[in-house]
Amino acid sequence: MTVDITTQRLTGGIAPRPTPNGAAVNADSILASVDAFRREMTTDIHEEWVEAVYGEASRLAERSVTRPDQKARFDLDRTIDRLVTSRWLGFPIMLALFTFVLWLTIAGANIPSAMLADLLLGTVHPWLKGIAAAIGLPWWLDGFLIDGIYLGTAWVVSVMLPPMAIFFPMFTLLEDLGYLPRVAFNLDAIFRKAGAHGKQSMSMMMGFGCNAAGVIATRIIDSPRERLIAIITNNFALCNGRWPTQILIATIFIGGLVPAQWAGLISASAVVGIALLGVLLTFVVSWALSRTVLKGEVSTFSLELPPYRPPRIWQTIYTSLIDRTIYVLWRAIVFAAPAGAAIWLTANIPVGDISLAEWLINGMNPFGLLLGLNGVILLAYIVAIPANEIVIPTILMLTVLTTGMVDAGAGKGVMFELDSLNATAALFSAGGWTLLTAVNLMLFSLMHNPCSTTIYTIYKETGSAKWTALASLMPVVMGFVVTFTVAQVWRLFA
Amino acid sequence: MSDKITIDPIPLTSTHGGHATAGCDGCAVHNAGALLKLGVDMQNWDYVVALAGNPNTGKSTVFNALTGLRQHTGNWPGKTVARAEGGFVYSDKRYKLVDLPGTYSLLATSLDEEIARDFILFGQPDVTIIVVDATRLERNLNLVLQTLEITDRAVVCLNLMDEARRHKLQVDDRRLARDLGVPVVPTAARQGEGLADLLQAVHQVATGEVVCKPYRMQKEPKAIKGALDRLVAQLTTAFPGLPNARWVALRLLDGDESIVQAVRTGELGQLIVGTPDLASREPTQHQMSRQPVTEQMEMAA
Repeated sequence: MTVDITTQRLTGGIAPRPTPNGAAVNADSILASVDAFRREMTTDIHEEWVEAVYGEASRLAERSVTRPDQKARFDLDRTIDRLVTSRWLGFPIMLALFTFVLWLTIAGANIPSAMLADLLLGTVHPWLKGIAAAIGLPWWLDGFLIDGIYLGTAWVVSVMLPPMAIFFPMFTLLEDLGYLPRVAFNLDAIFRKAGAHGKQSMSMMMGFGCNAAGVIATRIIDSPRERLIAIITNNFALCNGRWPTQILIATIFIGGLVPAQWAGLISASAVVGIALLGVLLTFVVSWALSRTVLKGEVSTFSLELPPYRPPRIWQTIYTSLIDRTIYVLWRAIVFAAPAGAAIWLTANIPVGDISLAEWLINGMNPFGLLLGLNGVILLAYIVAIPANEIVIPTILMLTVLTTGMVDAGAGKGVMFELDSLNATAALFSAGGWTLLTAVNLMLFSLMHNPCSTTIYTIYKETGSAKWTALASLMPVVMGFVVTFTVAQVWRLFA
Repeated sequence: MSDKITIDPIPLTSTHGGHATAGCDGCAVHNAGALLKLGVDMQNWDYVVALAGNPNTGKSTVFNALTGLRQHTGNWPGKTVARAEGGFVYSDKRYKLVDLPGTYSLLATSLDEEIARDFILFGQPDVTIIVVDATRLERNLNLVLQTLEITDRAVVCLNLMDEARRHKLQVDDRRLARDLGVPVVPTAARQGEGLADLLQAVHQVATGEVVCKPYRMQKEPKAIKGALDRLVAQLTTAFPGLPNARWVALRLLDGDESIVQAVRTGELGQLIVGTPDLASREPTQHQMSRQPVTEQMEMAA
């Protein structure tokens, strides 16, 4: 056998391994002379060495690469790059693509969501109830298991699965195409001015799908300081679980302000406005953090704009479904099941002659009204800590409970969603809701504590209870301050 | 993803990198069937293979193709955020494959670079596959040259050959192999092209069938030549048989903290070829994993 690149191994395993002690003795003298040399050194050897490496690399590459037609090589890529990172068109294109992806997510998810809800809530639920009745399950066990745990889980699946199954593959396709590094390139300057890392734009984009996924995505940021900023502010990216709340409330209250033909556009703009406010808050809070508790230098990063590559569509859809959608959904379900149980229990455990839920709502009502919200919303947000998706069903259920509109609901502690917007609107007005309540609910939905899945992820990623507490409490405090201010100003003028 | 690896239609290409093979046993066509993807099962491995490379060169695609795992691959530099590991069996040997974060250099100026560098240096993989983008050879060679300063058991995977062809770019892999002194295997990992040859080359380097003579840069800044020579002498006295004394000396003069630490603790002694003990092969947690972010803060402070 002839091997033309063969020679002897340079050191061929002859040398005995030094004893640790011997090495330690010599180590001191070595390090001492290193220090001495470094003091005498006049040149920047780091720079010179890097230059030497680049020189050699260039020389070797020149020897083995032949490029027949160098001029036309990346022309298309370059043209696209000029367009999508241009000073004038970069941001509009970004916003348009972003709106398109979200519109497709919202519009596309409606039908499968309705079908899933029909199946899980309309068919499977009565069927389970039937079985429970047939085998004579006691009412409390039947209620706890089927109306509590099962319904809570089914809600999360039917509301969350379709949008995530659309959003994540779309996002992954953009990623495979090579668009995301261009987004980072565009946003880098703003993030740097805010004292954060340009790559934070990517974790923020992921956050629009799911904050837990966004927090994990901050791993692409090397500097611990900048990574913490990205983790703490990720909650300001409106996640999938919060879109339904925004859309429903905007449709009923804000769309209702204008003639019917404008309603869709106006309510959609209100939702986009909230999402943009979230982006603005990301910058503002990043800026504030980098000037207070997380002071430090902005680290530079070299971002290679990779060539655009045609994505392999089916494989992308498959891997993003497995990696992201199913993974995130599973964690949501794990947290939603106990939440469903908790809702059912609070509605059915009596305190005196009212239920625990009513008792809690009455207790929180004064504080809620001060914020331009109400006790129902606050309790719903406490119950919905495990998953933002169950905010709206919980609010509806608790409103029915307190207004006594029992005929509208399906029973005590059963999560449901009303079929028509009109019925929902009627329920809200019976509950004493105003436009202020709606606006503040939308604001509070943007600024409140992350869901428990995200909190848990933050803890796992930071390994610190302190930063987890800051990331969880800061948004909710901001939410209180903002809704309180809005409510006071509103009442002053209204 | 298909379970079969596309075999290069011309058997002669199995001699990429210049090593001729004898008989059927050495032929890539014969051995391609010997790949058994193990996924995350990597118990009792015979060899550890590290996968290094610039970001966005298809490292993860190579990783998935060899292990059968489906780590997400994206056109997004720096998307391999955690070190991924997987296993495969080839020619009756069990391999553990470690996918390192993509980096442009090994100067340890960022955490990614430190993870990659420390694994190649202290983890002492039996083979380091350096995945390079054939369409951006010059930039990618920076990392290759730096890697070859550290280890002498490497295989260059000249990936994205399909892209190179699309851009009518010709890369002379044989010349490159001769210049670099390590096997160079052209591949198009997305299409599974050339992976059989890659496995073959990795196997040959791991088993010692092919011994590399990596290209080592001779040009050091003149101003420090004297200091460097004396330091190398001291290092070879303290650690006889140290394979990359010149590089270590250079890093010490550059003030590289983790190398200083390795000298202080005597860890450097483990780098000497011929003293592989399995206990030290698995690097410590400190070198390997991405720690929770606050711990890094404290370390940085």
